[in-house]
Amino acid sequence: MELVKEKWQQAVSVVNIGALKQEGGTRTHVVTIGGDRAMPFIFAEGEAPHKPAIAFEVWDMAPSDWPDELGKHYKDVFSDPLSWAEKCVKQYKAEILCVRLQGAHPDFGNKSAEDEAAFIKSLLKKVSVPLIILGCGDDAKDNLVLPACCEASKGERCLIGSAVQDNYKTITAAVLADGHSIIAESPIDVNIAKQLNILISDMGLSLERIVINPTIGALGYGLEYAYSIMERARLAALAGDKTLASPFICFVGQEAWRAKEAKQEAERGVMWETLTATTLIQAGAGLLVMRHPLAAEKIKVYIDELMKRS
Amino acid sequence: MFIIGELINGMYANIGKAIKDKDKTVIQKCALEQIKSGADALDVNCGPASKDAVNDIRWLVEAIQEVTDKPLALDSSKPKVIESGLKAMKNKVIINSTTSDADKLAVLVPLAKQYNAKLIGITISAKGIPQNKDQRLELAANIVASCLDFGFPVEDLYLDPIVLPVNVAQAQMRDILESIREFKIISEPAPKTIVGLSNVSQGTGVRSLVNRTFLVMALAYGLDAAILDPLDNDLMDAAITAELVLNKQIYCDSYLTAYRKK
Repeated sequence: MELVKEKWQQAVSVVNIGALKQEGGTRTHVVTIGGDRAMPFIFAEGEAPHKPAIAFEVWDMAPSDWPDELGKHYKDVFSDPLSWAEKCVKQYKAEILCVRLQGAHPDFGNKSAEDEAAFIKSLLKKVSVPLIILGCGDDAKDNLVLPACCEASKGERCLIGSAVQDNYKTITAAVLADGHSIIAESPIDVNIAKQLNILISDMGLSLERIVINPTIGALGYGLEYAYSIMERARLAALAGDKTLASPFICFVGQEAWRAKEAKQEAERGVMWETLTATTLIQAGAGLLVMRHPLAAEKIKVYIDELMKRS
Repeated sequence: MFIIGELINGMYANIGKAIKDKDKTVIQKCALEQIKSGADALDVNCGPASKDAVNDIRWLVEAIQEVTDKPLALDSSKPKVIESGLKAMKNKVIINSTTSDADKLAVLVPLAKQYNAKLIGITISAKGIPQNKDQRLELAANIVASCLDFGFPVEDLYLDPIVLPVNVAQAQMRDILESIREFKIISEPAPKTIVGLSNVSQGTGVRSLVNRTFLVMALAYGLDAAILDPLDNDLMDAAITAELVLNKQIYCDSYLTAYRKK
Protein backbone atom coordinates (compact mmCIF):
# COMPACT_ATOMS: atom_id res chain seq x y z
CA MET A 1 0.00 0.00 0.00
CA GLU A 2 1.26 3.46 -0.83
CA LEU A 3 1.56 5.91 2.03
CA VAL A 4 -0.47 9.07 1.67
CA LYS A 5 1.94 11.99 1.85
CA GLU A 6 0.93 15.44 2.94
CA LYS A 7 2.09 18.34 0.77
CA TRP A 8 3.04 21.29 2.97
CA GLN A 9 3.04 24.92 1.89
CA GLN A 10 5.59 26.54 4.13
CA ALA A 11 8.68 25.88 6.22
CA VAL A 12 9.25 26.91 9.82
CA SER A 13 11.57 29.91 9.90
CA VAL A 14 15.27 29.42 10.57
CA VAL A 15 16.73 31.16 13.61
CA ASN A 16 20.48 31.51 14.15
CA ILE A 17 21.74 32.01 17.68
CA GLY A 18 25.26 33.33 18.17
CA ALA A 19 27.42 35.37 15.82
CA LEU A 20 30.90 34.48 14.58
CA LYS A 21 33.78 36.93 14.38
CA GLN A 22 33.15 37.63 10.68
CA GLU A 23 29.52 38.36 11.55
CA GLY A 24 30.39 40.92 14.21
CA GLY A 25 30.32 38.61 17.22
CA THR A 26 32.86 36.57 19.16
CA ARG A 27 31.23 33.09 19.23
CA THR A 28 33.12 30.07 17.90
CA HIS A 29 29.98 28.51 16.43
CA VAL A 30 26.34 29.30 15.65
CA VAL A 31 23.38 27.21 16.77
CA THR A 32 20.71 27.04 14.08
CA ILE A 33 17.17 25.87 14.74
CA GLY A 34 13.97 25.60 12.67
CA GLY A 35 13.60 25.18 8.93
CA ASP A 36 11.32 22.15 9.26
CA ARG A 37 9.24 21.46 6.16
CA ALA A 38 7.05 18.73 7.66
CA MET A 39 5.83 17.42 10.99
CA PRO A 40 8.68 16.19 13.20
CA PHE A 41 10.79 13.40 11.72
CA ILE A 42 8.41 12.64 8.83
CA PHE A 43 11.29 13.06 6.40
CA ALA A 44 9.30 11.59 3.49
CA GLU A 45 7.04 14.67 3.58
CA GLY A 46 9.72 17.31 4.07
CA GLU A 47 13.20 17.96 5.38
CA ALA A 48 14.23 18.93 8.89
CA PRO A 49 17.56 20.61 8.11
CA HIS A 50 18.48 21.42 11.72
CA LYS A 51 18.31 19.00 14.60
CA PRO A 52 16.87 20.08 17.95
CA ALA A 53 19.50 21.75 20.15
CA ILE A 54 20.03 21.32 23.90
CA ALA A 55 20.82 24.33 26.04
CA PHE A 56 22.20 24.01 29.57
CA GLU A 57 20.70 26.28 32.18
CA VAL A 58 23.02 28.55 34.17
CA TRP A 59 21.89 31.00 36.86
CA ASP A 60 23.55 34.16 38.12
CA MET A 61 22.95 33.00 41.71
CA ALA A 62 22.70 29.72 43.58
CA PRO A 63 19.18 28.34 43.03
CA SER A 64 17.36 27.64 46.27
CA ASP A 65 14.87 25.12 44.94
CA TRP A 66 16.97 22.70 42.88
CA PRO A 67 16.76 19.20 44.41
CA ASP A 68 19.91 17.42 45.58
CA GLU A 69 20.05 15.21 42.52
CA LEU A 70 20.59 18.33 40.42
CA GLY A 71 22.54 20.22 43.04
CA LYS A 72 25.19 17.54 43.39
CA HIS A 73 26.34 18.18 39.83
CA TYR A 74 26.57 21.94 40.21
CA LYS A 75 27.08 22.74 43.90
CA ASP A 76 30.82 23.25 43.41
CA VAL A 77 30.01 26.05 40.97
CA PHE A 78 26.72 27.42 42.32
CA SER A 79 28.47 30.33 43.95
CA ASP A 80 30.38 31.24 40.78
CA PRO A 81 28.17 31.52 37.66
CA LEU A 82 31.18 31.92 35.36
CA SER A 83 32.63 28.62 36.51
CA TRP A 84 29.16 27.09 36.27
CA ALA A 85 28.98 28.15 32.64
CA GLU A 86 32.47 26.89 31.97
CA LYS A 87 31.67 23.54 33.57
CA CYS A 88 28.64 23.08 31.32
CA VAL A 89 30.71 23.80 28.24
CA LYS A 90 33.90 21.92 29.16
CA GLN A 91 32.60 18.98 31.13
CA TYR A 92 29.08 18.51 29.73
CA LYS A 93 29.89 19.70 26.19
CA ALA A 94 27.04 22.25 26.11
CA GLU A 95 26.75 23.80 22.64
CA ILE A 96 24.61 26.67 23.91
CA LEU A 97 23.87 28.13 27.34
CA CYS A 98 20.67 29.55 28.77
CA VAL A 99 21.48 32.19 31.38
CA ARG A 100 18.71 33.03 33.81
CA LEU A 101 19.23 36.37 35.58
CA GLN A 102 17.27 35.31 38.63
CA GLY A 103 19.49 37.40 40.91
CA ALA A 104 17.96 40.57 39.48
CA HIS A 105 14.59 39.72 40.98
CA PRO A 106 13.59 42.10 43.79
CA ASP A 107 13.02 39.06 46.04
CA PHE A 108 16.24 37.25 45.13
CA GLY A 109 19.05 39.74 45.48
CA ASN A 110 17.79 42.63 43.37
CA LYS A 111 21.00 42.95 41.35
CA SER A 112 21.13 46.10 39.27
CA ALA A 113 20.90 46.28 35.48
CA GLU A 114 24.54 47.48 35.41
CA ASP A 115 25.71 44.48 37.44
CA GLU A 116 23.85 42.07 35.17
CA ALA A 117 25.20 43.75 32.04
CA ALA A 118 28.74 43.45 33.47
CA PHE A 119 28.05 39.80 34.26
CA ILE A 120 26.93 39.12 30.68
CA LYS A 121 30.09 40.81 29.38
CA SER A 122 32.34 38.64 31.50
CA LEU A 123 30.34 35.55 30.62
CA LEU A 124 30.85 36.27 26.91
CA LYS A 125 34.60 36.41 27.63
CA LYS A 126 34.57 33.24 29.70
CA VAL A 127 32.70 30.99 27.23
CA SER A 128 32.49 31.10 23.47
CA VAL A 129 29.17 29.30 22.93
CA PRO A 130 25.99 31.20 21.90
CA LEU A 131 23.79 32.53 24.69
CA ILE A 132 20.12 32.58 25.56
CA ILE A 133 19.53 35.34 28.12
CA LEU A 134 16.43 35.24 30.33
CA GLY A 135 15.18 37.90 32.70
CA CYS A 136 14.11 37.27 36.27
CA GLY A 137 10.36 37.16 35.60
CA ASP A 138 9.56 40.49 37.27
CA ASP A 139 8.27 42.65 34.40
CA ALA A 140 9.36 46.03 35.74
CA LYS A 141 12.85 44.77 36.59
CA ASP A 142 13.25 42.86 33.35
CA ASN A 143 12.46 46.04 31.43
CA LEU A 144 15.58 47.54 33.01
CA VAL A 145 17.85 44.50 33.04
CA LEU A 146 17.19 43.01 29.61
CA PRO A 147 17.85 46.19 27.58
CA ALA A 148 21.13 46.62 29.47
CA CYS A 149 22.10 43.01 28.74
CA CYS A 150 21.04 43.35 25.09
CA GLU A 151 23.41 46.27 24.77
CA ALA A 152 26.19 44.47 26.63
CA SER A 153 25.94 41.59 24.15
CA LYS A 154 25.32 43.71 21.08
CA GLY A 155 26.31 41.92 17.88
CA GLU A 156 26.45 38.48 19.54
CA ARG A 157 23.00 37.53 18.17
CA CYS A 158 21.67 36.16 21.43
CA LEU A 159 18.18 34.87 22.08
CA ILE A 160 16.49 37.14 24.62
CA GLY A 161 13.44 36.38 26.71
CA SER A 162 10.79 36.49 27.52
CA ALA A 163 8.33 38.82 25.85
CA VAL A 164 4.75 38.25 27.01
CA GLN A 165 1.46 39.75 25.82
CA ASP A 166 1.40 42.35 28.59
CA ASN A 167 5.09 43.15 28.44
CA TYR A 168 6.79 42.95 25.07
CA LYS A 169 7.48 46.49 23.88
CA THR A 170 10.62 47.36 25.83
CA ILE A 171 12.23 43.97 25.23
CA THR A 172 11.32 43.97 21.53
CA ALA A 173 12.79 47.44 21.06
CA ALA A 174 16.05 46.40 22.76
CA VAL A 175 16.30 43.16 20.80
CA LEU A 176 15.65 45.04 17.57
CA ALA A 177 18.26 47.70 18.31
CA ASP A 178 21.04 45.30 19.26
CA GLY A 179 20.55 42.61 16.62
CA HIS A 180 19.29 39.76 18.77
CA SER A 181 16.29 37.43 18.50
CA ILE A 182 13.40 37.18 20.92
CA ILE A 183 11.49 34.55 22.88
CA ALA A 184 7.72 35.14 22.70
CA GLU A 185 6.03 33.41 25.61
CA SER A 186 2.34 32.48 25.72
CA PRO A 187 0.52 30.54 28.47
CA ILE A 188 -0.16 27.21 26.63
CA ASP A 189 -2.46 29.16 24.29
CA VAL A 190 -2.06 29.06 20.52
CA ASN A 191 -4.29 32.11 20.04
CA ILE A 192 -2.09 34.25 22.27
CA ALA A 193 1.07 32.81 20.69
CA LYS A 194 -0.18 33.99 17.31
CA GLN A 195 -1.32 37.38 18.60
CA LEU A 196 2.00 38.02 20.36
CA ASN A 197 3.98 37.16 17.23
CA ILE A 198 1.87 39.67 15.31
CA LEU A 199 2.32 42.37 17.97
CA ILE A 200 6.10 41.86 18.00
CA SER A 201 6.40 41.84 14.21
CA ASP A 202 4.24 44.98 14.05
CA MET A 203 7.05 46.71 15.99
CA GLY A 204 9.42 45.92 13.15
CA LEU A 205 11.13 42.79 14.45
CA SER A 206 10.73 40.26 11.65
CA LEU A 207 8.92 36.99 12.28
CA GLU A 208 12.20 35.27 11.39
CA ARG A 209 13.72 36.55 14.64
CA ILE A 210 11.06 35.08 16.96
CA VAL A 211 11.21 31.81 18.85
CA ILE A 212 7.95 30.71 20.51
CA ASN A 213 7.95 29.57 24.12
CA PRO A 214 4.60 27.78 24.13
CA THR A 215 4.96 27.10 27.88
CA ILE A 216 4.95 23.45 28.73
CA GLY A 217 3.94 21.16 31.52
CA ALA A 218 6.13 18.21 32.54
CA LEU A 219 5.18 14.56 32.34
CA GLY A 220 2.06 14.21 34.48
CA TYR A 221 1.54 17.97 34.62
CA GLY A 222 -0.14 18.86 31.34
CA LEU A 223 2.47 17.53 28.92
CA GLU A 224 -0.26 16.27 26.56
CA TYR A 225 -1.85 19.68 26.52
CA ALA A 226 1.42 21.37 25.66
CA TYR A 227 1.95 18.76 22.95
CA SER A 228 -1.45 19.46 21.38
CA ILE A 229 -0.88 23.22 21.36
CA MET A 230 2.52 22.83 19.70
CA GLU A 231 1.09 20.37 17.20
CA ARG A 232 -1.75 22.72 16.30
CA ALA A 233 0.58 25.69 15.84
CA ARG A 234 2.99 23.63 13.75
CA LEU A 235 0.23 22.25 11.50
CA ALA A 236 -0.98 25.81 10.88
CA ALA A 237 2.58 26.97 10.17
CA LEU A 238 3.24 24.21 7.66
CA ALA A 239 -0.13 24.92 6.01
CA GLY A 240 0.95 28.52 5.39
CA ASP A 241 0.33 30.59 8.53
CA LYS A 242 3.45 32.78 8.70
CA THR A 243 2.54 34.20 12.09
CA LEU A 244 3.00 30.78 13.72
CA ALA A 245 5.97 29.58 11.68
CA SER A 246 8.53 30.06 14.47
CA PRO A 247 10.63 27.36 16.12
CA PHE A 248 9.76 26.38 19.70
CA ILE A 249 11.89 26.66 22.80
CA CYS A 250 10.85 24.42 25.71
CA PHE A 251 11.95 24.84 29.31
CA VAL A 252 12.15 21.15 30.03
CA GLY A 253 14.42 21.14 33.08
CA GLN A 254 12.51 23.87 34.85
CA GLU A 255 9.18 22.04 34.52
CA ALA A 256 10.39 18.47 35.01
CA TRP A 257 12.22 19.21 38.26
CA ARG A 258 9.16 20.92 39.72
CA ALA A 259 7.29 17.61 39.71
CA LYS A 260 7.23 16.03 43.13
CA GLU A 261 7.78 12.63 41.52
CA ALA A 262 11.03 13.94 40.05
CA LYS A 263 12.26 15.32 43.35
CA GLN A 264 11.51 12.20 45.40
CA GLU A 265 13.98 9.79 43.85
CA ALA A 266 17.24 10.56 42.11
CA GLU A 267 16.96 8.27 39.14
CA ARG A 268 13.32 9.02 38.62
CA GLY A 269 14.08 12.73 38.30
CA VAL A 270 16.49 12.06 35.45
CA MET A 271 13.87 9.92 33.78
CA TRP A 272 11.24 12.61 34.30
CA GLU A 273 13.32 15.21 32.55
CA THR A 274 14.31 12.77 29.79
CA LEU A 275 10.75 11.68 29.04
CA THR A 276 9.41 15.20 29.11
CA ALA A 277 12.07 16.13 26.58
CA THR A 278 11.48 13.18 24.24
CA THR A 279 7.77 13.99 24.07
CA LEU A 280 8.41 17.65 23.27
CA ILE A 281 10.91 16.72 20.59
CA GLN A 282 8.15 14.68 18.97
CA ALA A 283 5.89 17.72 19.24
CA GLY A 284 8.39 19.82 17.28
CA ALA A 285 10.61 21.49 19.89
CA GLY A 286 13.70 23.06 18.30
CA LEU A 287 15.48 24.13 21.47
CA LEU A 288 15.36 22.30 24.82
CA VAL A 289 16.58 24.00 27.95
CA MET A 290 17.72 21.24 30.29
CA ARG A 291 19.30 20.84 33.72
CA HIS A 292 20.51 17.33 34.51
CA PRO A 293 23.67 16.38 32.60
CA LEU A 294 22.68 12.73 32.33
CA ALA A 295 19.21 13.60 30.96
CA ALA A 296 20.83 15.95 28.43
CA GLU A 297 23.25 13.22 27.40
CA LYS A 298 20.43 10.72 26.86
CA ILE A 299 18.46 13.25 24.84
CA LYS A 300 21.44 14.00 22.64
CA VAL A 301 21.66 10.29 21.74
CA TYR A 302 17.89 10.17 21.20
CA ILE A 303 17.98 13.12 18.81
CA ASP A 304 20.86 11.65 16.82
CA GLU A 305 18.93 8.41 16.52
CA LEU A 306 15.77 10.17 15.34
CA MET A 307 17.67 12.24 12.80
CA LYS A 308 18.89 9.12 11.03
CA ARG A 309 16.92 8.99 7.83
CA SER A 310 15.96 5.31 7.96
CA MET B 1 -9.69 30.33 0.46
CA PHE B 2 -7.86 31.22 -2.70
CA ILE B 3 -8.90 34.74 -3.71
CA ILE B 4 -8.63 36.00 -7.27
CA GLY B 5 -9.10 39.78 -7.51
CA GLU B 6 -11.53 40.69 -10.28
CA LEU B 7 -10.82 44.38 -10.78
CA ILE B 8 -8.42 44.32 -13.75
CA ASN B 9 -11.18 44.07 -16.31
CA GLY B 10 -11.65 46.35 -19.33
CA MET B 11 -15.35 46.40 -18.53
CA TYR B 12 -14.54 48.89 -15.75
CA ALA B 13 -14.21 52.42 -17.16
CA ASN B 14 -10.82 53.23 -15.57
CA ILE B 15 -9.24 49.96 -16.69
CA GLY B 16 -10.81 50.16 -20.16
CA LYS B 17 -9.38 53.63 -20.59
CA ALA B 18 -5.95 52.57 -19.27
CA ILE B 19 -5.85 49.71 -21.79
CA LYS B 20 -6.78 52.09 -24.59
CA ASP B 21 -4.18 54.68 -23.54
CA LYS B 22 -1.61 52.00 -22.58
CA ASP B 23 -1.27 53.61 -19.16
CA LYS B 24 0.56 51.06 -17.03
CA THR B 25 0.37 53.00 -13.78
CA VAL B 26 -3.42 52.59 -13.46
CA ILE B 27 -3.15 48.83 -14.00
CA GLN B 28 -0.22 48.40 -11.63
CA LYS B 29 -1.88 50.43 -8.89
CA CYS B 30 -5.03 48.33 -9.22
CA ALA B 31 -2.93 45.15 -9.01
CA LEU B 32 -1.11 46.22 -5.85
CA GLU B 33 -4.25 47.47 -4.11
CA GLN B 34 -5.93 44.12 -4.58
CA ILE B 35 -2.90 42.20 -3.30
CA LYS B 36 -2.64 44.45 -0.26
CA SER B 37 -6.27 43.69 0.51
CA GLY B 38 -5.65 39.94 0.50
CA ALA B 39 -5.86 38.76 -3.14
CA ASP B 40 -3.79 35.62 -3.85
CA ALA B 41 -4.05 36.04 -7.62
CA LEU B 42 -5.36 38.57 -10.12
CA ASP B 43 -7.85 38.12 -12.91
CA VAL B 44 -6.85 39.77 -16.19
CA ASN B 45 -9.61 40.56 -18.68
CA CYS B 46 -9.35 43.00 -21.59
CA GLY B 47 -13.08 43.63 -21.55
CA PRO B 48 -15.67 43.72 -24.32
CA ALA B 49 -14.48 47.01 -25.80
CA SER B 50 -10.95 45.82 -26.59
CA LYS B 51 -10.48 45.74 -30.35
CA ASP B 52 -7.22 43.82 -30.16
CA ALA B 53 -7.49 41.50 -27.17
CA VAL B 54 -4.64 39.27 -28.40
CA ASN B 55 -2.17 42.13 -27.96
CA ASP B 56 -3.94 43.88 -25.10
CA ILE B 57 -3.77 40.85 -22.81
CA ARG B 58 -0.04 40.52 -23.42
CA TRP B 59 0.44 44.18 -22.57
CA LEU B 60 -1.61 43.75 -19.38
CA VAL B 61 0.33 40.66 -18.31
CA GLU B 62 3.67 42.39 -18.84
CA ALA B 63 2.54 45.50 -16.97
CA ILE B 64 1.30 43.52 -13.98
CA GLN B 65 4.34 41.25 -13.82
CA GLU B 66 6.53 44.32 -13.38
CA VAL B 67 5.03 44.86 -9.92
CA THR B 68 4.05 41.43 -8.59
CA ASP B 69 4.90 37.74 -8.82
CA LYS B 70 1.39 36.64 -7.80
CA PRO B 71 -0.40 34.25 -10.17
CA LEU B 72 -2.55 35.75 -12.92
CA ALA B 73 -5.85 34.38 -14.23
CA LEU B 74 -6.08 34.94 -17.97
CA ASP B 75 -9.75 35.65 -18.51
CA SER B 76 -11.21 35.30 -21.98
CA SER B 77 -13.70 33.13 -23.82
CA LYS B 78 -11.33 33.08 -26.79
CA PRO B 79 -8.54 30.46 -26.66
CA LYS B 80 -6.38 32.65 -28.94
CA VAL B 81 -6.42 35.48 -26.42
CA ILE B 82 -5.51 33.09 -23.62
CA GLU B 83 -2.67 31.61 -25.62
CA SER B 84 -1.29 35.06 -26.32
CA GLY B 85 -1.38 35.83 -22.58
CA LEU B 86 0.29 32.51 -21.77
CA LYS B 87 3.26 33.34 -23.96
CA ALA B 88 3.94 36.46 -21.88
CA MET B 89 3.64 34.72 -18.51
CA LYS B 90 6.49 34.50 -16.03
CA ASN B 91 4.32 34.19 -12.92
CA LYS B 92 2.15 31.18 -12.18
CA VAL B 93 -0.95 31.14 -14.32
CA ILE B 94 -4.61 30.19 -14.23
CA ILE B 95 -6.64 29.76 -17.41
CA ASN B 96 -10.08 31.36 -17.02
CA SER B 97 -11.82 29.45 -18.54
CA THR B 98 -13.01 26.49 -20.51
CA THR B 99 -16.62 25.40 -20.87
CA SER B 100 -17.75 21.79 -21.12
CA ASP B 101 -17.75 21.93 -24.92
CA ALA B 102 -15.52 19.42 -26.66
CA ASP B 103 -13.88 21.95 -28.99
CA LYS B 104 -12.92 24.23 -26.10
CA LEU B 105 -11.65 21.38 -23.95
CA ALA B 106 -9.58 20.01 -26.82
CA VAL B 107 -7.65 23.30 -27.03
CA LEU B 108 -7.55 24.58 -23.47
CA VAL B 109 -6.82 21.42 -21.47
CA PRO B 110 -3.65 20.64 -23.46
CA LEU B 111 -2.64 24.31 -23.24
CA ALA B 112 -3.08 24.25 -19.46
CA LYS B 113 -0.96 21.12 -19.29
CA GLN B 114 1.72 22.58 -21.54
CA TYR B 115 2.03 25.78 -19.48
CA ASN B 116 1.69 24.03 -16.12
CA ALA B 117 -1.36 26.23 -15.52
CA LYS B 118 -4.37 25.78 -13.32
CA LEU B 119 -7.62 25.62 -15.24
CA ILE B 120 -11.08 26.95 -14.46
CA GLY B 121 -13.88 24.85 -15.95
CA ILE B 122 -17.32 26.43 -16.08
CA THR B 123 -20.25 24.04 -16.16
CA ILE B 124 -21.92 25.51 -19.20
CA SER B 125 -21.97 24.37 -22.79
CA ALA B 126 -23.11 25.59 -26.18
CA LYS B 127 -26.52 24.22 -25.23
CA GLY B 128 -26.81 26.92 -22.60
CA ILE B 129 -26.80 27.40 -18.87
CA PRO B 130 -27.67 24.38 -16.70
CA GLN B 131 -31.02 24.56 -14.97
CA ASN B 132 -30.36 22.29 -12.01
CA LYS B 133 -27.74 20.38 -10.04
CA ASP B 134 -27.83 17.23 -12.17
CA GLN B 135 -27.07 19.15 -15.33
CA ARG B 136 -24.19 20.88 -13.55
CA LEU B 137 -22.77 17.58 -12.38
CA GLU B 138 -23.02 16.11 -15.85
CA LEU B 139 -21.14 19.04 -17.38
CA ALA B 140 -18.58 18.91 -14.56
CA ALA B 141 -18.01 15.19 -15.04
CA ASN B 142 -17.42 15.82 -18.73
CA ILE B 143 -14.73 18.41 -17.93
CA VAL B 144 -13.06 16.09 -15.41
CA ALA B 145 -13.12 13.23 -17.93
CA SER B 146 -11.46 15.45 -20.51
CA CYS B 147 -8.71 16.39 -18.04
CA LEU B 148 -8.08 12.72 -17.31
CA ASP B 149 -7.96 11.96 -21.05
CA PHE B 150 -5.35 14.64 -21.65
CA GLY B 151 -3.37 13.78 -18.51
CA PHE B 152 -4.05 17.12 -16.82
CA PRO B 153 -3.94 16.86 -12.99
CA VAL B 154 -7.50 17.10 -11.69
CA GLU B 155 -6.38 18.79 -8.47
CA ASP B 156 -5.37 21.77 -10.64
CA LEU B 157 -8.88 21.99 -12.09
CA TYR B 158 -11.27 24.55 -10.57
CA LEU B 159 -14.91 23.77 -11.34
CA ASP B 160 -17.32 26.71 -11.44
CA PRO B 161 -21.03 25.81 -11.02
CA ILE B 162 -21.90 29.11 -12.76
CA VAL B 163 -23.49 31.46 -10.26
CA LEU B 164 -26.66 33.21 -11.45
CA PRO B 165 -28.13 36.46 -10.14
CA VAL B 166 -30.30 35.81 -7.12
CA ASN B 167 -33.05 38.01 -8.51
CA VAL B 168 -33.15 35.98 -11.73
CA ALA B 169 -32.66 32.42 -10.56
CA GLN B 170 -33.66 32.33 -6.92
CA ALA B 171 -34.88 28.75 -7.22
CA GLN B 172 -31.42 27.59 -8.36
CA MET B 173 -29.37 28.93 -5.47
CA ARG B 174 -29.58 25.80 -3.34
CA ASP B 175 -28.68 23.63 -6.36
CA ILE B 176 -25.63 25.81 -7.02
CA LEU B 177 -24.46 25.47 -3.42
CA GLU B 178 -25.01 21.72 -3.38
CA SER B 179 -23.09 21.40 -6.66
CA ILE B 180 -20.04 22.88 -4.93
CA ARG B 181 -20.11 20.04 -2.45
CA GLU B 182 -20.86 17.32 -4.99
CA PHE B 183 -18.22 18.35 -7.54
CA LYS B 184 -15.74 17.10 -4.96
CA ILE B 185 -16.91 13.50 -5.25
CA ILE B 186 -16.56 13.29 -9.03
CA SER B 187 -12.99 12.04 -8.81
CA GLU B 188 -10.13 11.19 -6.50
CA PRO B 189 -8.08 13.32 -6.16
CA ALA B 190 -10.94 15.79 -6.10
CA PRO B 191 -11.18 18.82 -8.34
CA LYS B 192 -11.26 22.23 -6.65
CA THR B 193 -14.24 24.56 -6.76
CA ILE B 194 -14.52 28.24 -7.61
CA VAL B 195 -17.22 30.85 -8.17
CA GLY B 196 -17.31 34.14 -10.01
CA LEU B 197 -18.98 35.78 -7.08
CA SER B 198 -20.24 39.16 -8.23
CA ASN B 199 -22.76 37.68 -10.64
CA VAL B 200 -24.92 36.58 -7.73
CA SER B 201 -25.78 40.17 -6.87
CA GLN B 202 -26.15 41.50 -10.42
CA GLY B 203 -29.09 43.90 -10.56
CA THR B 204 -29.82 43.84 -6.83
CA GLY B 205 -29.91 46.92 -4.65
CA VAL B 206 -27.56 45.63 -1.93
CA ARG B 207 -24.76 44.01 -3.87
CA SER B 208 -22.13 43.78 -1.16
CA LEU B 209 -24.52 42.14 1.29
CA VAL B 210 -25.75 39.59 -1.26
CA ASN B 211 -22.16 38.84 -2.30
CA ARG B 212 -20.88 38.21 1.18
CA THR B 213 -23.90 36.21 2.30
CA PHE B 214 -23.57 33.90 -0.70
CA LEU B 215 -19.81 33.60 -0.25
CA VAL B 216 -20.08 32.57 3.40
CA MET B 217 -22.69 29.95 2.50
CA ALA B 218 -20.57 28.66 -0.38
CA LEU B 219 -17.56 28.37 1.92
CA ALA B 220 -19.67 26.27 4.27
CA TYR B 221 -20.35 23.98 1.30
CA GLY B 222 -16.60 23.58 0.80
CA LEU B 223 -15.74 26.26 -1.77
CA ASP B 224 -11.98 26.50 -2.45
CA ALA B 225 -11.65 29.73 -4.42
CA ALA B 226 -13.53 32.81 -5.59
CA ILE B 227 -13.11 35.59 -8.09
CA LEU B 228 -14.26 38.69 -6.26
CA ASP B 229 -13.62 42.32 -5.35
CA PRO B 230 -10.98 42.18 -2.61
CA LEU B 231 -11.39 45.91 -1.95
CA ASP B 232 -14.84 45.20 -0.51
CA ASN B 233 -13.77 45.18 3.12
CA ASP B 234 -16.99 43.74 4.51
CA LEU B 235 -16.83 40.92 2.00
CA MET B 236 -13.23 40.11 2.90
CA ASP B 237 -13.96 40.28 6.64
CA ALA B 238 -16.88 37.87 6.19
CA ALA B 239 -14.77 35.44 4.13
CA ILE B 240 -11.89 35.52 6.61
CA THR B 241 -14.26 34.99 9.52
CA ALA B 242 -15.96 32.09 7.72
CA GLU B 243 -12.57 30.41 7.40
CA LEU B 244 -12.08 30.92 11.12
CA VAL B 245 -15.43 29.28 11.88
CA LEU B 246 -14.48 26.39 9.58
CA ASN B 247 -11.22 25.98 11.58
CA LYS B 248 -9.04 26.78 8.59
CA GLN B 249 -7.28 29.65 10.36
CA ILE B 250 -6.21 29.89 13.97
CA TYR B 251 -7.94 32.63 15.93
CA CYS B 252 -6.11 35.57 17.43
CA ASP B 253 -7.38 39.04 18.24
CA SER B 254 -5.79 40.48 15.09
CA TYR B 255 -6.92 37.68 12.78
CA LEU B 256 -8.43 40.03 10.18
CA THR B 257 -5.23 42.01 9.64
CA ALA B 258 -3.08 38.91 10.05
CA TYR B 259 -4.92 37.21 7.18
CA ARG B 260 -4.42 40.16 4.84
CA LYS B 261 -0.68 40.21 5.60
CA LYS B 262 -0.20 36.52 4.90
